[in-house]
Amino acid sequence: MPENSAGTMTPRRPAGTLYRGREGMWSWVLHRITGVAIFFFLLVHVLDSSMVAVAPGAYNAVIDTYKNPIMGLGETALVAAIVFHAFNGIRIILIDLWSKGAKYQRVMFYVVIGLWVVAMLGFAPRHLINVFSEMGH
Amino acid sequence: MATTIESPRTPYSVPRKRGVNWEKWGWIYMRASGVLLIILIFGHLFVNLLLGEGIKGIDFGFVAGKWANPFWQVWDLLMLWLAFIHGGNGMRTIVNDYATRPLTRKILLGAILFSVVAEIVLGTVVIFAFDPCPAGSPADLLPSFCPVNQ
Ligand code: HEM
Repeated sequence: MPENSAGTMTPRRPAGTLYRGREGMWSWVLHRITGVAIFFFLLVHVLDSSMVAVAPGAYNAVIDTYKNPIMGLGETALVAAIVFHAFNGIRIILIDLWSKGAKYQRVMFYVVIGLWVVAMLGFAPRHLINVFSEMGH
Repeated sequence: MATTIESPRTPYSVPRKRGVNWEKWGWIYMRASGVLLIILIFGHLFVNLLLGEGIKGIDFGFVAGKWANPFWQVWDLLMLWLAFIHGGNGMRTIVNDYATRPLTRKILLGAILFSVVAEIVLGTVVIFAFDPCPAGSPADLLPSFCPVNQ
C-alpha cells in the first residue's frame, strides 16, 4: 500500500465503491459522455423532424444533409453511443437491483462490450453501404 | 456546548423530510424509462435505418406515411416524452455535479428545463397537427394516399 503525505495508508482499490478506477469508472465516464451526446443530438433531431410541419421541400432539404457520407459516419458514431448507453444502462440497473449485480459488474461490463460489438456489426456495414452507395443520388 | 464526536461508522440519522421524495422517484424514473427507451429507440432505428433502403428512403412521404398511422404516432410520442425527461434529468445530475457557483447552476438548470419543455411541446404539436397533404405542394413529394396522387 502506498503511503501518502499525511502518513496514512491508502488502499489501492478503495473498498465500498465500484465507481473508482478500472471498468466501474470507465463505464461511468462513457455512460456520461454518451448520455450528453445523445441529448444534444435529440435537441437537433426534433427540430429537423419538425420541418415536416413547414413544407415537404423544407423537410427533404434538411433530411438530405443526413445522407452525405460525412454525416453517415457521424450517424454511425451516434448509434454506437446509443447502443453502448442502452446496454450499459441495463448493467447499471442490474448492479442496483440484482442481489449479485455489484459482484458481477466487471463481467457485465465485458458482456456490454461484447453485445455492443455484435450490434454494431449488424448496424454499421448496412448503414454505411446505404450512405456510401450511389453517392450524390 | 460540548461537541461530541461520534465513533466512526455510526449510522447517520437526519430526520426525514416530509412530502414526496422527488429524488427517489427520479432515480426510479431513470431506470423505468431506460428499459422502455431500449424498445422504442431500437425499434425506431431498425425501421428507419435498417429496413428498405435505410436513410436513403427517408423523405417527407416516408414520415407523413408513418404519422398517418396512430401506432407510430403513439410510438414517437412516447419516445419524445420519455427520452427528453430522461435526458433532461440526466443533464440535471451532471450540472449538479460540476457547476459549483449557484448562479451558473441556476442558469444551466434553467436552460435545460426550458429546452426540454420547448422540444416536448414542439414535437407533440408536430406529430399530431402537421398536414400530410399540404395544398399546393408538388405531388411527387407527397405520400401516395394524398388526394392529388389518387
Ligand atoms: C436506450 C435506452 C436508455 C437506457 C437503458 C438508459 C439508461 C440510463 C441509466 C440507467 C442511467 C443512470 C441513471 C442514474 O444513475 O440515476 C442513465 C443516465 C443518463 N441518460 Fe440514459 N438511458 C437510455 C437512453 C437515453 C437517451 C435517449 C438519452 C438522451 C436524451 C439519455 C441520457 C442520459 C443522461 C444525460 C444520463 C445521466 C448520466 C450521468 O449522470 O452520468 N439516455 N441512462
